[in-house]
Amino acid sequence: MPDYQLSHLDQLEAEALFILRETAAQFENPALLFSGGKDSIVMAHLAYKAFHPARLPFPLVHVDTGHNFVETMEYRDQFVEKLGARLVVGSVQESIDKGRVVEEKGPDASRNKLQIVTLLDTIEEHQFDAALGGGRRDEEKARAKERFFSHRDDFGQWDPKNQRPELWNLFNGRKHQGEHFRVFPLSNFTEMDIWMYMKREGIELPSLYYAHERDCVIRNGTILAVSEFVQPREGEEVKKMRIRFRTMGDATITGAVESDADTIDKIIDEVAAARQTERGNRADDKRSETAMEDRKKEGYF
Amino acid sequence: MDLLRFTTAGSVDDGKSTLIGRLLYDSKSIFEDQLESIEESSRKKGDEHVNLALLTDGLRAEREQGITIDVAYRYFATPKRKFIIADTPGHVQYTRNMVTGASTANLAIILVDARKGVIEQTKRHSFIADLLRIQHVILAVNKMDLVDYSEERFNEIVAEYESFASRLGNIVDIQPIPISALNGDNVVDKSDKMPWYQGPTFLYHLENVYIGGEENHVDARFPVQWVTRPQSDKWHDFRGFAGRIAGGVFKPGDDVVVLPSGFKSKVKSIHTADGDLEEAYSPQSVTLTLEDEIDASRGDMIAKPNNQPKVEQNIEAMICWFSKTPLQARGKYLIKHTSLETKAIVQEIRYQVDINTLHKKEDAPTFEMNDIGRISLRTAAPLLHDAYRRNRTTGSFILVDPGTNETMGAGMIV
Repeated sequence: MPDYQLSHLDQLEAEALFILRETAAQFENPALLFSGGKDSIVMAHLAYKAFHPARLPFPLVHVDTGHNFVETMEYRDQFVEKLGARLVVGSVQESIDKGRVVEEKGPDASRNKLQIVTLLDTIEEHQFDAALGGGRRDEEKARAKERFFSHRDDFGQWDPKNQRPELWNLFNGRKHQGEHFRVFPLSNFTEMDIWMYMKREGIELPSLYYAHERDCVIRNGTILAVSEFVQPREGEEVKKMRIRFRTMGDATITGAVESDADTIDKIIDEVAAARQTERGNRADDKRSETAMEDRKKEGYF
Repeated sequence: MDLLRFTTAGSVDDGKSTLIGRLLYDSKSIFEDQLESIEESSRKKGDEHVNLALLTDGLRAEREQGITIDVAYRYFATPKRKFIIADTPGHVQYTRNMVTGASTANLAIILVDARKGVIEQTKRHSFIADLLRIQHVILAVNKMDLVDYSEERFNEIVAEYESFASRLGNIVDIQPIPISALNGDNVVDKSDKMPWYQGPTFLYHLENVYIGGEENHVDARFPVQWVTRPQSDKWHDFRGFAGRIAGGVFKPGDDVVVLPSGFKSKVKSIHTADGDLEEAYSPQSVTLTLEDEIDASRGDMIAKPNNQPKVEQNIEAMICWFSKTPLQARGKYLIKHTSLETKAIVQEIRYQVDINTLHKKEDAPTFEMNDIGRISLRTAAPLLHDAYRRNRTTGSFILVDPGTNETMGAGMIV
């Protein structure tokens, strides 16, 4: 009898396809949160595979901070067109203009936390009852305990101490009016798995993930790319550096790493040798020991 | 590279965190910024040693109270295998978490303190691992440094454990390993302190234990999860049943039956986005098309005419209760089983198991949180099922409170 064994990437893929189909089946009006970052690209690719040859039975939702890298936006539009998917954009700038949120002040202001209100408003406006996210359990300690199907109350809040147990392949997506779910099909992927999977699938990424020359400043030990939104402050020196990004977020807080990895194979080697987590360069996580949990409780991704 | 999921259970002082910390550290799965961050937290709290539990006890309440609330999933990989650890706390809501962690595991690590030997907790862990049908156990006899690396003491503990485990039916493979997690003896590298031990090191065994026989590749089962009907010119006539194979092997041309309707057809193709497959097996996620236009939808199951699951409304099951609200005889719940959701009523409570002594209690009126035992149910629609011991996917279910939507308990069909 042949040895019917799946490789670890095949097992992770089979699990993610199952979760994506389960989301489409259990909810009336789901959506897939698409940031243009590598995890959401992989998730959208898996969604494409889950429903093939039909189109995605849900739209992609982009919560736009307005602080984007040009490359991310170009990539987004091309990718959405390739999938033939519907795109819904929730704009943080609009939330600010409408007075729903107030822009953070001070030297380290970012729009990261403001996304929460825009996200929840977008969910409410379109009456989404499940939002698929690209979060992984290995990336942050609060995420390590989150379920595949993660319940949110009327106010979009997560209650980490009161989560439903998840056993086998049985996912309980039942909810009351006004509540919704966040669903994480990539829960069991690690950063390395994501890269290996992208390589296997031949998924193209925004150019920012590959090493390139860029004007940078070093702020609080973090390498930031100089852009419309990040201007050098007094005493900061603009340097041309060879860098790449390991995660993608608000351009004002996403730190880069110095790197020569300009192909996916070199990136995999670099990830294998890395001694810092990929979020180690995210100023939003450095605000306090439980910064991620606090944001998640309020309704963050 | 393949994938091994294992579960660990225990309290802080039996060296579990040290053992996991060492595996993560030695496989370079702990990053410098993580280590710095927990060193800083440990210092702030005045701990003498770096508390590796802080790596995943990430919730505010856990950090403040120094307890683990929930199942934590950790990941590491060696060149041979990727590992997923379901790490469950030893005390609060112990049973519920251990059952949850064990439900997806291939292997359980039973940690024993060499000074204390087999204690109640050891038996509890083993009983639950067995109940959830984990076939492989590593009996890690830890803190060997504190018993002078004594072969005699090790053999004594192994003999005691094996005599207890002979009463458990599902565990087929027990690998005892003498270790010192603190000093690293026999964890990754062979210890020079225990020349009498000829077996594998802890990591070597995790990397090499054969788990291929666990999926059921005999009984073909395909719960329909979603019907794929593209609204496009190119795929105009395509009608596919998407799902994850729960057992057995499917090939184009196979005779199949759709349950519960009983309509028969043949597999026309096994569709994936990467092209059609020559065969597909559990646990692959695929889309099946059939030769005939048959009505099938979510909750139905595709099987082979000569090998069908049971189709019954009266179900006997072992359950574990999770909720603060007790289970009641005659209580009504929603039941989720494969892709089917229907109603169920508790017919009778047969007995409870005292998981410390393995004795049966026959006069239990209810199930409180963490109770385990046997009940009978009647469901509104028939469950297309197999016994849990034959198939973990078609033999398991959860009960949901129709009012609060909470997951109340988990069941394994006898």
